[in-house]
Amino acid sequence: MSTTVTVGLGSCGIAAGANKTYDKIKALKEADKLEFNLKKTSCIGMCYREPLVEIVDDSGTYIYGDVDPDRAIEVIEKHINQHDPIRDYIVYTDLFDAAENDFLNSQVKIVLRNCGYMDPESIDEYEARDGYKAIRRIIDEKILPDKVIETILKSGLRGRGGGGFPTGMKWKFARGNQSDEKYVICNADEGDPGAFMDRSILEGDPHSVLEGMIIAAYSIGATGGVIYCRAEYPLAIKRLNIALDQARQRGYLGKGILGIRDFNFDIYIKEGAGAFVCGEETALIASVEGERGMPRKRPPFPAESGLWRKPTNINNVETLNNIPWIVLHGAEAFARYGTEKSKGTKVFALAGKVKHSGLVEVPMGITIHDVIMKLGGGIKNNKKFKAVQLGGPSGGCIPEYLSETIVDYDSVNATGAIMGSGGMVVMDETTCMVDVAKFFLDFTCKESCGKCTFCRVGTVRMLEILERITNGEGREGDIEKLEELAYEIKNNSLCGLGQTAPNPVLTTIKYFRDEYEAHISHKKCPAKVCRPLLTYTVDPEKCTGCMVCLKNCPSNAITGERKQLHLINQDLCTKCGVCYSKCKFDAIILT
Amino acid sequence: MRIARVYKKESVPEADATDLSLLDPLIKKYKGKKGNVIPLLQGAQAIYGFIPRAAFERISEGTGLPLSDMFGVATFYAQFRLKPVGKHIIKVCHGTACHVQNAKEITESIEEALKVKDGETTIDRLFTLESVACLGCCSLAPVMMIGDQTYGKLTGNEAVKVIKNIRLSENN
Repeated sequence: MSTTVTVGLGSCGIAAGANKTYDKIKALKEADKLEFNLKKTSCIGMCYREPLVEIVDDSGTYIYGDVDPDRAIEVIEKHINQHDPIRDYIVYTDLFDAAENDFLNSQVKIVLRNCGYMDPESIDEYEARDGYKAIRRIIDEKILPDKVIETILKSGLRGRGGGGFPTGMKWKFARGNQSDEKYVICNADEGDPGAFMDRSILEGDPHSVLEGMIIAAYSIGATGGVIYCRAEYPLAIKRLNIALDQARQRGYLGKGILGIRDFNFDIYIKEGAGAFVCGEETALIASVEGERGMPRKRPPFPAESGLWRKPTNINNVETLNNIPWIVLHGAEAFARYGTEKSKGTKVFALAGKVKHSGLVEVPMGITIHDVIMKLGGGIKNNKKFKAVQLGGPSGGCIPEYLSETIVDYDSVNATGAIMGSGGMVVMDETTCMVDVAKFFLDFTCKESCGKCTFCRVGTVRMLEILERITNGEGREGDIEKLEELAYEIKNNSLCGLGQTAPNPVLTTIKYFRDEYEAHISHKKCPAKVCRPLLTYTVDPEKCTGCMVCLKNCPSNAITGERKQLHLINQDLCTKCGVCYSKCKFDAIILT
Repeated sequence: MRIARVYKKESVPEADATDLSLLDPLIKKYKGKKGNVIPLLQGAQAIYGFIPRAAFERISEGTGLPLSDMFGVATFYAQFRLKPVGKHIIKVCHGTACHVQNAKEITESIEEALKVKDGETTIDRLFTLESVACLGCCSLAPVMMIGDQTYGKLTGNEAVKVIKNIRLSENN
């Protein structure tokens, strides 16, 4: 067997410098005429150890982590030339217990089955990994559309974009509506700040999304397909375009797909122009039609009257990626994973104050604690775990003491958060929950499309109150006012954005009311984040009298001579924090 | 995070020399097609880097689309710019992961170094500073992106250093 060296080139890998690593290895290979295959793949999920290089040789599989160009030289020299793997750099291997073995071994990979294991720009590699086998089986075995829908229904698959609506039901509705034209839309407008699983799937396994759409088209009788993808994901769009061309050449798209005379279906990519609300089905449709992306009233639902007023089925990227696997392995195999009402697996984007940030795919029913502490490796810098944010701006913060909550739609909803698309941002004791609530509200406030008064005006009013609180001007009764506004907005908004926008505020009030009270009544920020509530003083033990803070203070509030203790005049201090960030000796104390 | 949608009125030295004939192939391609507003505007922005007023008018004349419709769409989406931008656009990520890891400091340091506010362009038209919602590189937070290059695990000082280096190489 020949040796293969594979470099992970997803967006995050590239950001970490994987291109330089790839170029270095390529140069080494060419300079010394080394005998190994050099390949590219996408993200394997281990973002915290990027750039990653995988070497597969006669002895086994090895993944090296943090491979910058210098380390690449070392690895190639030792491993390839001297057949002497460098144990210290190996993060995963099937041969011995390496640092990150648990991270990969404790996952169940259905959606991410191909991500990081193949070249996403090669249809041959996709086909070699059972790609397009599901649609082939449907055609070869003449499985009727109704039968396919039944399989999806039986699998218990629910929409992975956040709503959690049974996918099979959606297909059934769209199939039931008669029309000369029908559409399948893939929602790849991943707008949640802190979520990146759809990007990784599109970059790592674009063909499987296409295959999911083709199966959906076959099942509901669609004639056209659209992938609505964020323009912020250029690499995903590039790889999707390559995949579309290849699929057309092989006859998986176009006229008479796989020899079936009246099975005509093609897909085009529509680049989103940047509006969070377009993740909502009806707003997305308005945007594809070239209008302002404002939601429409439902009913009629898109399954009845969607794109260009034709029956339309919209599924999220991750949902579609499950489809070929379910068709190929059967509904029972899928339903084996998960809980009673939530089947299968869920991909989470772990980020924030967690050691192992990256992508993980776990079976539904695992506890949040296990995701963060076992897969995530615990909290960075040995700080204390405080809360985890699920579901982005529509979701909520789940406190540490509820971390035994299991991951399924209903259990997460019961806490006041939502499963959402799978962003999991971990927070520690240095995160201020009022500030987090303000952050999300600032986001939804800017992203509100303006159609419904409560969402348009109500979010601004809530934001004003939160700004007041974090500025140290909170008043008694502010918490109650926030709650009242929150329920009004939830009850009087047309679409999901408005109905869920107050969730981050409501959950933080529910679980961290004491922090709100500390801000309002005691004018203190326990996490030391809200600057106007802090007092800056100089630590006489640590101050060296270097004059850096004094020179940088914009309000001339600091006095002192060279090599003598400096002092901050509290009357002049504007609490801008410049001294704190400039001091090299940690001599500025926050209280 | 979106750039302020309402722009202050000021006399932008809008290029009188804007070559409007560049729009003709675009207009020809999309004229009369359904759902053409966004591709037309994206195309115009790809040509000029932003959408000048004259371009709106030319497209309107060429396609019959009302100016109000186009302006409505252009101001709705974060992607469209109605003002010229600098040569390098600095996109500082303010997603959740970056926010809890002090993305604010990055923006503030750059604001101080370049003497511009968020959303503004330097006088020499070299840099435009922007905040974006999420670049999807959460594991490298806090992150900024300049051109195709992403810079991760930043501090305020490091971000300013990156920008100084770009300015140096521009001046040479």
